[in-house]
Amino acid sequence: MSFDVLWLQSGGCGGCTMSLLCAEDPGLFETFEDFGIRFLWHPSISRESGAEVVDLLEDLRAGRRRLDALCLEGSVMCGPNGTGRFHMLAGTGKPMMWWLRELAERADHVLAIGSCAAWGGMTSAGSNPGGATGLQYDGVMPGGLLGEDFRAGSGLPVINVAGCPTHPDWVIETLVMLATGAFGREDLDPLARPRFFADHLVHHGCTKNEFYEYKASAERLGQEGCMMEHLGCIGTQAHADCNIRPWNGEGSCTRGNYPCINCTAPEFEEPGRRFTETPKLAGIPLGLPSDMPRAWFVALASLAKAATPERLRENAVADRIVHPPRVVDVNRRPRGR
Amino acid sequence: MREDGTRHIVGPFNRVEGDLEVVLDFEGGRVVRAEVVSTLFRGFERILVGKAPLDALTITPRICGICSISQSAAAARALGDAAGLRPPPQGMLAIQIIHGVENLVDHLTHFYLFFMPDFTRPDHAARSWHGAATARFGVGGPAQRSWLEARARIMHVMGILAGKWPHTLAIQPGGVTRAPDARDRLKLVAQIRRLRRWLDETLFGDGAEAFAALGTPSDLLAWRKGDVGRYLAIADDLGLGSIGSGPGLWLSFGAHETAEGPLFARGVRRLDGTGRPGVLEPLDTADILEDPSHAWDAGRPAHPSVGDTLPDPDREGAYSWCKAPRLAGRPAETGAFARQVVDGHPLALGLAGEGGSVHARIVGRLLEVARLAEALERWSIALEPDARFIEHGAMPQEGRGEGLVEAARGALGHWVSIGEGRILRYQIIAPTTWNFSPRDASGVPGPLEQALVGCPEGAMVQHVVRSFDPCMVCTVH
Repeated sequence: MSFDVLWLQSGGCGGCTMSLLCAEDPGLFETFEDFGIRFLWHPSISRESGAEVVDLLEDLRAGRRRLDALCLEGSVMCGPNGTGRFHMLAGTGKPMMWWLRELAERADHVLAIGSCAAWGGMTSAGSNPGGATGLQYDGVMPGGLLGEDFRAGSGLPVINVAGCPTHPDWVIETLVMLATGAFGREDLDPLARPRFFADHLVHHGCTKNEFYEYKASAERLGQEGCMMEHLGCIGTQAHADCNIRPWNGEGSCTRGNYPCINCTAPEFEEPGRRFTETPKLAGIPLGLPSDMPRAWFVALASLAKAATPERLRENAVADRIVHPPRVVDVNRRPRGR
Repeated sequence: MREDGTRHIVGPFNRVEGDLEVVLDFEGGRVVRAEVVSTLFRGFERILVGKAPLDALTITPRICGICSISQSAAAARALGDAAGLRPPPQGMLAIQIIHGVENLVDHLTHFYLFFMPDFTRPDHAARSWHGAATARFGVGGPAQRSWLEARARIMHVMGILAGKWPHTLAIQPGGVTRAPDARDRLKLVAQIRRLRRWLDETLFGDGAEAFAALGTPSDLLAWRKGDVGRYLAIADDLGLGSIGSGPGLWLSFGAHETAEGPLFARGVRRLDGTGRPGVLEPLDTADILEDPSHAWDAGRPAHPSVGDTLPDPDREGAYSWCKAPRLAGRPAETGAFARQVVDGHPLALGLAGEGGSVHARIVGRLLEVARLAEALERWSIALEPDARFIEHGAMPQEGRGEGLVEAARGALGHWVSIGEGRILRYQIIAPTTWNFSPRDASGVPGPLEQALVGCPEGAMVQHVVRSFDPCMVCTVH
């Protein structure tokens, strides 16, 4: 029996699907085939259009067809004034918000694909002109469209495969785990994100770690140094494995020399500061690495700064390595042996 | 056949990057009137107001997950224009490699994922090619798998130069954040050569250069190799070259500017009195006006540098969230075909002389794939690992900027006003805003609304709509 997935898009950019299509070794279609996963309908992929889709949605709503997983990509659009008219699902005359409530009741699992669907995301930034919210969170507040107490048929809350965009593997692996019955409540972190990626920090595997250790900091975008002190990087607090499993072959935000903006977290879109600038108090960054006492950070940072090798000090503010590490024979044995 | 005078609502119209509804009136089995409805409003232009100008580089790519780099590049240009900051030549080159890969990939994602599956529909079951097309181009079939594999690999260019795709922050007003080293340069050349081999073997079935060198529509019809040949046989049989003509006015902001100038020219070309494409006319963006008279928006027609976005779901006569951009009062078509027409490619001019059809738009994209692939290899070889890739400069406290680029789907403009160090106004006109615009104050329909008139009911409606490669999330933003 196949694991049947309905994918809907609302107040988002479609980028999580575009990212999903970057899956490789194996690709999306191959993995789905190997694990018996099937799209009942996906807006970017399925051939069916118009009335064919409306019929399918009606069948699902009435419970005439099984719905193993409902995936939403994009925010839920509640505006204006709670009417949902900012996104009427084409061909149905009904707000997408209405369809989501109806279909979530029928789904065995409900997945929020990307930070828009999980928390509201970028669409809810600023004055939130569209009245955007997430499926089970409105920013950091539990609730959203379905409410804090919502549970899907499986008994799980909405699974927040957050990210802006999501990594293709996060989506595929979550679906495969669900399809194979290898996913339970204990596999979700406190924000209901799958722990297989959310138990890591972006800091883990960051290629700038040596700069971080010595607080050798980049002062401007494009420089090699650590971006925590000046350029707004919060990879030491951001839950994701972006530097363990890379993006598009070998990339990540920090490897691209721009800061991690913690896009898997609620309200990342409104950091209360410029995205590429670190707020400080008495010269110390306000956001400290996860689980690190402030006094320790201050003490270690000042020690590290005092000990920063010239090599790192120079490379940190250059746009490429200008000062390579000294070559030493680390295997040298005392003479005469 | 649908009864005369009946109104038919088609939706959700998928494989259009977002949600779309099309309202069609039929007479004699053919469309006599079309209304194109953009169903989603998010309000990015309002979200941006009050932000620090550079925050636009984080926010605007997230307007669109398929042309995220284009949004990013347009924002960087608008801010750079306001700050008097330009990337150094090598920074421009790196931006064009990133942007060129996105545009090329978008064209083929459209071809393989969005457009070709429609020929596997049961509507076409009686056609001689239907079985072979279904086996080759079906959803999840061999053509899609092959393309997605090639796509994932060429996207490694993004991993190397832009950190990730979509939603990079690598493109800045003064250049790019990552200076490629000698090893990066070779990896880029290698990935681009691998893609070119795939294009030759799978898409064109022969050298892409030979395809780019085709001079006339009849030369084109003789091409029977690769997936392009399979498409051409279908297009010929269904008469896709004689359906779906737009307004006959093509617009391009000029694409892929390096130190040598744009790869594809900037300007406007229109059909003259004899039905032939005329001379290349200069483009003056002062002639652009956005008209909200049929949009759920309370504003008045205005140039985007002074325009606003005021959602009003109760506006009388409105039927879309999309405003209607007009160039000197006329609707204009934009996209890869428009770019090739404006650039004066002989095959594109020949197809424009036949009216500019569903087929012309598909061929425009294929031409551009062939020409871009060659340019991408040239650009990556020209990277200098010791050069500067970024210049730094401060954002002004007060200022205005215009950022014009060509996204895969056509002309994309960002207009920003800055005051007291904050964004006062931010207006965006995306390619599909042009192509899928509703009527304007004088009742003139938008390009798709014109292209659908005369279309027979059934699958042909799908072909006409998707020939534009619409991006609905960009359209209203």
